[in-house]
Amino acid sequence: MSQVLRALFAPGFFASGPVRAALVVGAVVALVTGVVGVFTVIRGQAFAGHALGEVGSAGGSAAFLGGANPLWGYMGIAVVAAGLIELLGLHRPRARDVATGLVLGAGLGLAALFLYLDTTSSSTTGVSVTILFGSLFAVSQPMLPSIVALSAVALVVIASCYRMLLLSSLSPDLAAARGVPVRAVAIAYLVVMAVAVSLAAETIGTILATALLIGPPATALRLTKRPGGAMAVAGLVGVAAVWIGIVLAYDSFYWPPVDHGWPVSFFVVALVFAFYLAGGAVAALGRARRDRGRGAALRLETSTCADAHGQAA
Amino acid sequence: MNGHHPDPSAADPILSVEGVGVSLSGRRILDDVRFRIMPGEFTGLIGSNGAGKTTLFRVILGLQAASAGRVLVGGRPLTRRNPIIGYVPQKVFFDPDMPLRARDVVALGLDGHRLGVPLGWGRRRQAVDRMLEAVDARHFADARVGNLSGGEQQRVLIAHALISRPRLLLLDEPLANLDIRAEGEVVALLARIAREERIAVFISAHDVNPLLPVMDRLVYVAAGRTASGTTEEVIRAEVLSALYGQHVDVLRVHGRILVVAGAEGPSGVTVEETDASAAAADAVGLR
Repeated sequence: MSQVLRALFAPGFFASGPVRAALVVGAVVALVTGVVGVFTVIRGQAFAGHALGEVGSAGGSAAFLGGANPLWGYMGIAVVAAGLIELLGLHRPRARDVATGLVLGAGLGLAALFLYLDTTSSSTTGVSVTILFGSLFAVSQPMLPSIVALSAVALVVIASCYRMLLLSSLSPDLAAARGVPVRAVAIAYLVVMAVAVSLAAETIGTILATALLIGPPATALRLTKRPGGAMAVAGLVGVAAVWIGIVLAYDSFYWPPVDHGWPVSFFVVALVFAFYLAGGAVAALGRARRDRGRGAALRLETSTCADAHGQAA
Repeated sequence: MNGHHPDPSAADPILSVEGVGVSLSGRRILDDVRFRIMPGEFTGLIGSNGAGKTTLFRVILGLQAASAGRVLVGGRPLTRRNPIIGYVPQKVFFDPDMPLRARDVVALGLDGHRLGVPLGWGRRRQAVDRMLEAVDARHFADARVGNLSGGEQQRVLIAHALISRPRLLLLDEPLANLDIRAEGEVVALLARIAREERIAVFISAHDVNPLLPVMDRLVYVAAGRTASGTTEEVIRAEVLSALYGQHVDVLRVHGRILVVAGAEGPSGVTVEETDASAAAADAVGLR
């Protein structure tokens, strides 16, 4: 038993402070992005989510220049970008996509500037890699309370707007006719999405942040038909991906090239994708079994009919 | 027909549209629309695509401001959210990935506008079950709504609109994209609701025929103008010709009605000028 444990968890795993912080932060962030991301997927806002994550690069690199934690930079610029998208995109879905693309382009332009200044001022490329691709083991422990508090705020907003979000995702017309302030709900959601994706950027980087926002919810939607269930499954899938990713990254220190270790973000994103494929396989299996059950029932019915006919004859 | 009703409040119209006009970015969409709907009445809103049916619904729902005239719902001026009105919008697209069962959609009709997460599971579930029963949707209550057929989805939307106990049900082209059998089922269901629950049903359609057996009155829209009355009063060559501003023929074939546009009237004059059409236009409020 202990040999198995030792094979799974390399020595020092549970004693390491950074590992424990990574486990906690990773789980909290995966839960929030899972819950928030379910609406991103059903509202068809994956592109906006991706854009809000990537423009974080500009904020993160600017925060680094100013000596602040990148999370505040991610969040600040993502919220501003969310507002701009809403302002420029107005009502039409296609205008929205264009607005999102424009804001994304402008944000990445700023990121190019600030990342350049970062590397010249500190003469290291490490900061670029950390901002773009994240480093869960490097999350500073004093940030933990802020991360938990922001997560709690995001979850409270989702819980408050839960039914209005569902109804307006289903049909904005229907929601408006029932008196739901559709526009206000959309803006509130966009801001919450900006917060969630910034938290994801803090863990797996600005470029990969959408993987956590979209992947686990997309997996969950294949597996469950209830909105609450989808959020629970998405959260669990995200936590599993992050935790297993952390274990593998820690173990990879002993893999070739020895003494370097592979980035956690790689494992997390790879696992998210693997879970999505596995979710599809499970859903297909379930469908096949149901169809077989129905086919058997049908065959039984026809054979009984045939028997009856045989007797009648 | 409601004039002799013993209950005086029931004799008041549930909806009265009084001279409503709508202009959108300089274009006149509706012009001097006026008609009334009584409680429990089944009224069709008939007109081709783009005639202004959806705009009229949006005005009644308080989602679109009228540039002229006024709308009274239950005797009172419009408010943004009117619990008296239930609404089934046109073309709700249910994505197959949407994590909602039929019963979840119906439940959102009860409290989808409220803050917070739903509480009171037992009572909520009972109300939803009763509603699903009423629209014959019990057997697919737990199916993913995106996987249901068009007719089944329509019944779920009707249940969604009815569960908040409205007195007026607006349905925007609910028969579009349904096969003939589902069409008949939905119409029969709506007629039953109007009759048994005394809910006024106001339903838009581009074809009048599926509604003929059940319709008490109709409002015909063409070129932004309307004529209202019984089928016999409105669907006549003189009335519709005046409405369209060009000659149209009304043909009755095996109890079905065909409205056919003709280039010119038989005598070559525009029909609006004849006395008969003027009288007919007066009768249906078209002036």
